Amino acid sequence: MKEMTVAHVILDDVSYHYGHHKALQDVSGVFPAGSLTAVAGPNGAGKSTLLKIIAGVMKPQKGRVIVAPALKGKIGYLPQISAMERDYPLNVRDAVSTGLWPGAGSFPSFQDGALKTRVDKALEDVGLQDFALRQMAELSGGQFQRLLFARLIVQDPQLILLDEPFAAIDAQTIASLIQQIMAWHTQGRTIICILHDLLLIKKYFPESFLLAGKCMGRGHTHTLFEQKLLSFDLDMAELVTPEKKVDSAFSIQDSAFRIQEEGKQ
Amino acid sequence: MLNPESRILYFLISPFTDYAFMKRALVAALALAISGAPLGVLMLLRRMTLVGDALSHAILPGIAVAFFVAGLSLWAMTLGGVIAALIVAGLAAFLTRLTDMKEDAAFALLYLLSLAVGVALISLKGSSAHLMHVLFGNILAIDQETLILVVGVCCLSLFMIAALYRRFVIDGFDGAFMRTAGAQRRGVGLMGLAFFALLMINLVASFQAMGTLMALALMVLPAMAARFWTKTMDGMLPLAMGLGAVASYAGLVLSYHTAIPSGPAIVLVAGGMAVFSAMLGRFGSARACAGQRH
Repeated sequence: MKEMTVAHVILDDVSYHYGHHKALQDVSGVFPAGSLTAVAGPNGAGKSTLLKIIAGVMKPQKGRVIVAPALKGKIGYLPQISAMERDYPLNVRDAVSTGLWPGAGSFPSFQDGALKTRVDKALEDVGLQDFALRQMAELSGGQFQRLLFARLIVQDPQLILLDEPFAAIDAQTIASLIQQIMAWHTQGRTIICILHDLLLIKKYFPESFLLAGKCMGRGHTHTLFEQKLLSFDLDMAELVTPEKKVDSAFSIQDSAFRIQEEGKQ
Repeated sequence: MLNPESRILYFLISPFTDYAFMKRALVAALALAISGAPLGVLMLLRRMTLVGDALSHAILPGIAVAFFVAGLSLWAMTLGGVIAALIVAGLAAFLTRLTDMKEDAAFALLYLLSLAVGVALISLKGSSAHLMHVLFGNILAIDQETLILVVGVCCLSLFMIAALYRRFVIDGFDGAFMRTAGAQRRGVGLMGLAFFALLMINLVASFQAMGTLMALALMVLPAMAARFWTKTMDGMLPLAMGLGAVASYAGLVLSYHTAIPSGPAIVLVAGGMAVFSAMLGRFGSARACAGQRH
């Protein structure tokens, strides 16, 4: 690659342990500006922990995370929907409007003018315009995820971190949210997204980052598929916690990836 | 002879026209209900009611030390309460960060310890009447000076809640999103601290009327009841304030005409409202949930 790319996120030997459980072990990697990366791996592989560390919600116990200074305050982090307070007493418009906070602050009215237009546009983009005055608690899982995407649209972040945005929602919503992610990608935003669906990864995500405690491979998604690092035989849901099992399943491919990486340099 | 209507009015109103101490008690209770209710609603949303409960007991050793040094001095006890709450919150943060202890366990430990330390200290110097006063408060004994403190704290607290309202609501909904969205420059990161400070000054004011054991009642009980009747913040805040005010008034009337002390009487009415709402409220009550199953 001749073209100079700016790194938006650099991971340098990041480790994080929960008691004796090693969630992340010496994970390194670079996420260039404008990249669209899928983070995949078995349950308990430390994917959510990694995303929280990049978001700055958690601090790594070892190693460093460097996020480009230009991105400070322009990070959009979406936690897993199961970690959210779905019955919080806000209506849909108010919840989406919270995305305006960093620019607007405590007192300006969201009821008219440019801010309102921005919220209305975001509600339309995700197809929730008819739900603006409903209470959040009345939304289905898919509608709630649309609401969170609308809040991101309103927030207008440069680095977007999504933690399993497609878990337990309907196919139609997935399709429309994917379109939104593609639109963000076209606009040159950096996107890191945790997901399980290999079909979606193969079809839409140019870069992948494979995680099972350690980084098991990263790079172009199609290369990873060619090297069988990512493959449809590999049922990632089945590779649950016992660390040895995970290690052996990935170990050969891990070294293959290293060789490929060195060859490139 | 009075006709029946007049007798009801007499029953309901005369306590407050005949006695200055009942007037002061009513004003104090109404002030506490109105400033405490929005705080209670926010505490429910932040799932902080147990933490708040622990904090309300945590002020006891500070009050006890103040009592040791200065007797039943209003300002010494207030200062002591604030300092004790700060120390206990600091210890809780220390325990949860540096050990594997969970926050609720840390607060339970500190709550029991502070209760024991407080009761021990007061018993060493004072009588059991002093102990009862500190544990259960005595809203009927509120003098002019205490009333000014209580109402002053309530006004300050209402003003701060109004000024920081949007921040509190956003921070309670999704604090992580707000921090990553660059909101710390606008002070959302400090919202946990500001909320804690508000809670603390309200507890210290409330302690004068309700004692350390029930200081939380006028904050959380009306808020709990309100949540079963409305789903919106706009509905919940005024409803909780109104229910708190009604409970204060009804509790004082109940206490005046019976042998029930004023603090427990107010808590009984407010608690009754919460239980009634949990049974029969419109949203999320036993009745509403049973309706959904059929």
